[in-house]
Amino acid sequence: MKTKNVMIVGVGGQGSLLASRLVSRLLMDEGFDVKVSEVHGMSQRGGSVVSYVRYGDKVYSPIIDRGGADMVVSFELLEAARWLNYLAPDGLMVTNTQRISPMPVITGAAAYPEDLVGQMKLAGARVEAFDALAAALEAGSSRAVNIAMIGRASTFFCPDDEKWQRAIDAVVPKQSLEINKRAFILGKKG
Amino acid sequence: MKMIMLGNEAVARGLYDAGVCFASSYPGTPSTEITAAIAKYEGVYCEWAPNEKVSLEAAWGASLGGRRAFSGMKHVGLNVAADPLFTMSYTGVNAGVVVAVADDPGMHSSQNEQDSRHYAVSSKVPMLEPSDSSECYLYTKYAYELSEEYDTPVLVRLCTRISHSQSVIDAGERVLPPIKPYEKNIGKNVMMPSTAVFRHPIVEERTQKLAALAEISPLNRIEWGGTDVGIICAGTSYCYVKEICGVDVSVLKLGIIYPMPDRMICEFASKVKKLIVVEELDPFIENHVKSLGIKCSGKDMLPICGEFTPNIVAKALGYPFAEGPEFDAALPVRPPVMCAGCSHRGVFYTLAKLGTTVFGDIGCYTLGAGAPHRSMDTSLCMGTSVSGLHGFMHAEGNEAAKNCVCVIGDSTFIHSGVTGLIDIAYNGGDSTVIILDNSTTGMTGHQENPSTGINIWGEPAGKIDLEALCRSLGIKRVRVTDPYDLAACETAIKEETAAKEPSVIIARRPCALLKKVKNNPPLFIDEDKCRGCMMCMKIGCPALTSAGKKIKLDATLCVGCEVCTQLCKFEAFKNNRAEADA
Repeated sequence: MKTKNVMIVGVGGQGSLLASRLVSRLLMDEGFDVKVSEVHGMSQRGGSVVSYVRYGDKVYSPIIDRGGADMVVSFELLEAARWLNYLAPDGLMVTNTQRISPMPVITGAAAYPEDLVGQMKLAGARVEAFDALAAALEAGSSRAVNIAMIGRASTFFCPDDEKWQRAIDAVVPKQSLEINKRAFILGKKG
Repeated sequence: MKMIMLGNEAVARGLYDAGVCFASSYPGTPSTEITAAIAKYEGVYCEWAPNEKVSLEAAWGASLGGRRAFSGMKHVGLNVAADPLFTMSYTGVNAGVVVAVADDPGMHSSQNEQDSRHYAVSSKVPMLEPSDSSECYLYTKYAYELSEEYDTPVLVRLCTRISHSQSVIDAGERVLPPIKPYEKNIGKNVMMPSTAVFRHPIVEERTQKLAALAEISPLNRIEWGGTDVGIICAGTSYCYVKEICGVDVSVLKLGIIYPMPDRMICEFASKVKKLIVVEELDPFIENHVKSLGIKCSGKDMLPICGEFTPNIVAKALGYPFAEGPEFDAALPVRPPVMCAGCSHRGVFYTLAKLGTTVFGDIGCYTLGAGAPHRSMDTSLCMGTSVSGLHGFMHAEGNEAAKNCVCVIGDSTFIHSGVTGLIDIAYNGGDSTVIILDNSTTGMTGHQENPSTGINIWGEPAGKIDLEALCRSLGIKRVRVTDPYDLAACETAIKEETAAKEPSVIIARRPCALLKKVKNNPPLFIDEDKCRGCMMCMKIGCPALTSAGKKIKLDATLCVGCEVCTQLCKFEAFKNNRAEADA
């Protein structure tokens, strides 16, 4: 099978590490060779973050380059636009509609761009946008945005909910297990 | 057993299975998770050391004590640990010693892009370089055999994309080698001129033997493909070459980076039409290949600066690569920032307000150099804030430099700031040192340190009393202030910079992200009272944004630190909704 390339992008602190671990766990259980490249350290402090997930028969490169991603899952709208040129020509952008202002916007040095979904479509991308924050809040915590987004993107990797639930059991901390399971289901429904 | 883990976690598993009994490290991205992971295994003594030099020396001691030992660090950490490493090369080991060093091409979380491979040559210590988690596991285990058989410490070189990439490994079982009893041996373990002179030739002989091993080791292998182009590579570069070129080219993959297999390289070169070395950072392999009189390409095709990506390598090698959809609009950048409720914010706000010259250091608080505070003038390496300020004050004169301070975190102060403070205490000057004590090692992900009183396992441990430590050095003016209290911060900084003697301000408030910290509930904004004066925006809190002419507060981020409340002249910030809506 041709190696599949997925990127998980967002803002440091949104839980992209846990999300990429959940995906990698599922893919390993599915018997794929998997590589997931994460970001730790300085960029985690509210900066733009990215995880690369690659899987197939044999995976070499740990990262994906521009024009290479079959899917980009973005936890934040501006970050979706930032990483848009990483999409392959027929790639899919799945993005949260939540807006988190970066420091230049907070200080008033720049404005948060309007209608990013429209602009991304205009650039020729396939875009699916939905409110993962609402799904996470309905599930019980704003912190579950990450798992709601993975729920939304889940069928790309594997349609079987039971397998996902097993992977969630394996990687999500016990105290937030129920909220995250709900967030996954609500996210999947969109 | 098959598992998926980070390169760093795979190194830790390799340590465990190799029977390592002692691990001592100082945290540093991208190396931190090795030691954090080994601490979770039973039967391994683990510790966070005050700095890398101490950790490597402790590992050497543990090796003399007969147990396999480990020390892990980031690339710049090896600068700190270089002193023991160079002479450990002479003494060799008793039980095996492995040092993992993680480079950071692209500087995701570092102040420079140094290439640690040069250390292997200059310290005459063998170096292995894995290219995925599976090799991290296998090479780490093998490094202990090498260490004991050749009586040398062994370096395992990692980089960000190896350390922080997860891939599948097939782990074995822990095997405890027999303890190697300590034997007194002055000629081998006391390095002074009369003994070291006999050890140096042994080191040179050892390198010759290791070079012979490199010729036949399965860690160095040729993967034959097309012979028009032959590529020599290692680590991440091997991954990119295999991904892009497949079997079009022949590949010599080096797992032993030092010493290199000269005969193997010559043979490989003779069988391919064009030879290219693909390696990140410096032309380390390339220069060696050229020193053998072999023509090859390398840095004439590929960049010396920055991290490789598949497209960079594809472009250099003449392979096609895709470009994604172009997005025309200019997007605001998203630099990392101090978190909402960060205990450093109040200090940087105050320093910016006072126009103070600030010698900075390495940690979360380096973000104080960014907007909106921009209240940091320097950052060089761990500890330099204190010693740098000392030199600056003497050069400028105490009077000219009276509005100058340095800022350094609790962990960085222990690492190497305290020696700078000793310089100040001993040689005098009016320096003002601000210790930003957030009771953790923040940037690397909340490791304990000697000032927190808790060890790597979360158990009670010795606790360095920072006030007592500073006083014991002879600093008479030592005061503690709460960085959430802006007025107190300002008074402390004004008074201490005005004092005609050295002083230390400890700005103490635990990191708001620590689990044990009970944060306040989020604040509310009374929209009728908010005049949109934007005073509160000067603190650069990510929980506050301007929405039109009013301020909006993100309740999911706000931890109720009330630093913004102190700046609001119109009492718009309230502690509960009822008050805000009233």
